[in-house]
Amino acid sequence: MSQDTLAAFANALATGSIRVVDLTQTLSPAFPQITLPPEFGQCWPFRIEEVSHYDERGPGWYWNNFSCGEHTGTHFDAPIHWVSGRHLPNNAVDTIPVEHFIGPACVIDCSKEAAADADFLLTVPFVEAWEARHGRIPPRAWVLMRTDWSKRTDPVAYQNFDATGQHTPGPDADVVRFLVEQRDVIGFGTEAIGTDAGQGYHLRPPYPCHSIMHGAGRYGLQCLANLDQLPPTGAVIFAAPLKIEQGSGSPLRVLAMVSER
Amino acid sequence: MSLPRPPKKNPILRTRAPTTPPGGRSRVALGLTTAAALGRLELQVCRDCGTVQYPPREACHACLSERLRWTAQDGAGELIADTVLTHSNDLYFRERLPWRLGMVRLDAGPSVVAHVHGDVGDAPARVRVGARLDRAGQAVLVAFPEQETKDMADDRQLREMTCDPQYRKVLVTDGKTPTGQAVVRALVDAGADLVWVGHAEPWKQYAGFDAIAGLHAVTPVPLDLTDSRAVSSLAAQIGGKVDIVVNTAEHHRTFGIGDRRGLDAARAEMDINYFGLLRLAQDFGPALKARAADGDTGACAWVNVLSVYALANFPAHGTFSASKAAAYSLAQCLRAEMRASGVRVVNVFPGPVDDEWNQLVPPPKLAPSALASAIVKALRDGVEDVFPGEVAQDWLARWRDDPKALERELSL
Ligand SMILES: [Zn+2]
Repeated sequence: MSQDTLAAFANALATGSIRVVDLTQTLSPAFPQITLPPEFGQCWPFRIEEVSHYDERGPGWYWNNFSCGEHTGTHFDAPIHWVSGRHLPNNAVDTIPVEHFIGPACVIDCSKEAAADADFLLTVPFVEAWEARHGRIPPRAWVLMRTDWSKRTDPVAYQNFDATGQHTPGPDADVVRFLVEQRDVIGFGTEAIGTDAGQGYHLRPPYPCHSIMHGAGRYGLQCLANLDQLPPTGAVIFAAPLKIEQGSGSPLRVLAMVSER
Repeated sequence: MSLPRPPKKNPILRTRAPTTPPGGRSRVALGLTTAAALGRLELQVCRDCGTVQYPPREACHACLSERLRWTAQDGAGELIADTVLTHSNDLYFRERLPWRLGMVRLDAGPSVVAHVHGDVGDAPARVRVGARLDRAGQAVLVAFPEQETKDMADDRQLREMTCDPQYRKVLVTDGKTPTGQAVVRALVDAGADLVWVGHAEPWKQYAGFDAIAGLHAVTPVPLDLTDSRAVSSLAAQIGGKVDIVVNTAEHHRTFGIGDRRGLDAARAEMDINYFGLLRLAQDFGPALKARAADGDTGACAWVNVLSVYALANFPAHGTFSASKAAAYSLAQCLRAEMRASGVRVVNVFPGPVDDEWNQLVPPPKLAPSALASAIVKALRDGVEDVFPGEVAQDWLARWRDDPKALERELSL
């Protein structure tokens, strides 16, 4: 990359010919967290406690302490998160090569299908049909599944539980295998609480996106927002997790850069 | 005479500041309070000569023996004189005049000065003396009619010592559990004006919650005691109206130290059972205290659903026990801070409740409805420490007799 390219990039940002889109949900105590059966260990929700507010606890300053899990809010999944990826090299957020945190994104619009069926599963034919319109997914790209799920601002609708569990869209096992083996993607991103569907436990293997993606050293992004503001191809994603020693993931700010036509 | 529904508060009139009756007691006199806190009348009985003694003293007034034992009394006696106080220099009583007092000769021997219930006839009259806690949290004696009368709880003087939920506005902090739902129903049945019912994590559906939320007097409110901002925000909305807080929120897992690695379960228990109470008390406490003398249905009580495991660790539920012990200690702090206002802190110590987290605990287990009834009864009776059910009563007796022995018995 020449200095000219970076200068042109900076200029494009300054002049607005590159638009920056925030793909991140706000970290708030009201945002739901992943829910496992109560006998399992639980991921902490986001919580925040005031340290001082220009008051007797700190007269000139305002600040907070917060707590959350590695998988709270909009967050990144590292391969070490899943048992299938536990022995891979550089599999934790502190050791993943940093250049993996910036890459192109292909956005597959499943919003109509997800609106009609909360349990919608992305399949290989669906991806092939998308490629027929937008071209082949390039190697080392993020594939982002747009479902408009992030527009469900009511936590009840976002989580969408009933007596049989959670109902949110995600990929089926074959398409995850296809994306890893045939398209060499760098990772898979979704708008719902997990990269796998709400009923993903019942697929083979259970939670295929976690199992296969992480088993192959690929990454996950979930609880993304504003995917409807991205073109099907051409956006570049900046998604750098916190550098947590041997961290399995982390909340992060996900930004997309989009060329204005 | 039954209490009519109090009129709505005139919002431009100043809210009366709380006062309390004289609260000083000698250490020996606190024996009366110890029993009254549990709803019992106990007097000193000499183990040498059998004399029943009142007022409490260091030694028997008949034989000077120091071998005195606090012993339950039935309180039967005769009102031999009564009077109606129409003047007092005490700030508390002068706002509550007229006030009826009398002298009762107990069948057991001593004569006592007692507050006299309005349904007791003129002296001489047969009465039953009971111990109650006054607004200062100290034991006083009340002469009741010998036979139960209609609407006996509505007596004006008696209501000063009790926390009847009738016509009051109550916050129940968690309505998703069987206990929370039973408490809501019991409060509605007791005539509460309005019951706010907290529910955390709204996407988790729990059986029975919709039925509770649909009750006429019930208003569901989002409340998660682990979320400081949510607690503050709810206090900002309703804190100035809540008359009674019933903290039913609880996190319960069934681990000791060795059978669960890591801190997550224990921390979640502490976060709700201990820090949750702290958050709630910081945000709802001040307004409650300020409204402690706000008319006939002013703020009056704070109920903590603790556990009998707060007294002594039940190792099979070891981290839960520890969180409840912490909550108990904090509840004592809350009680101390509330005392000046007269808001009563009621601590409830149930044994194992018949719910999912006590699935493997053998019976007897306390039904949630029995726990709820005990809470309402405690509010009506003005009791401060409640040990509902036979397991809790058994633990209490063993703990009072010898806490060390109970510790050993539980470590089997
Ligand atoms: Zn004696």
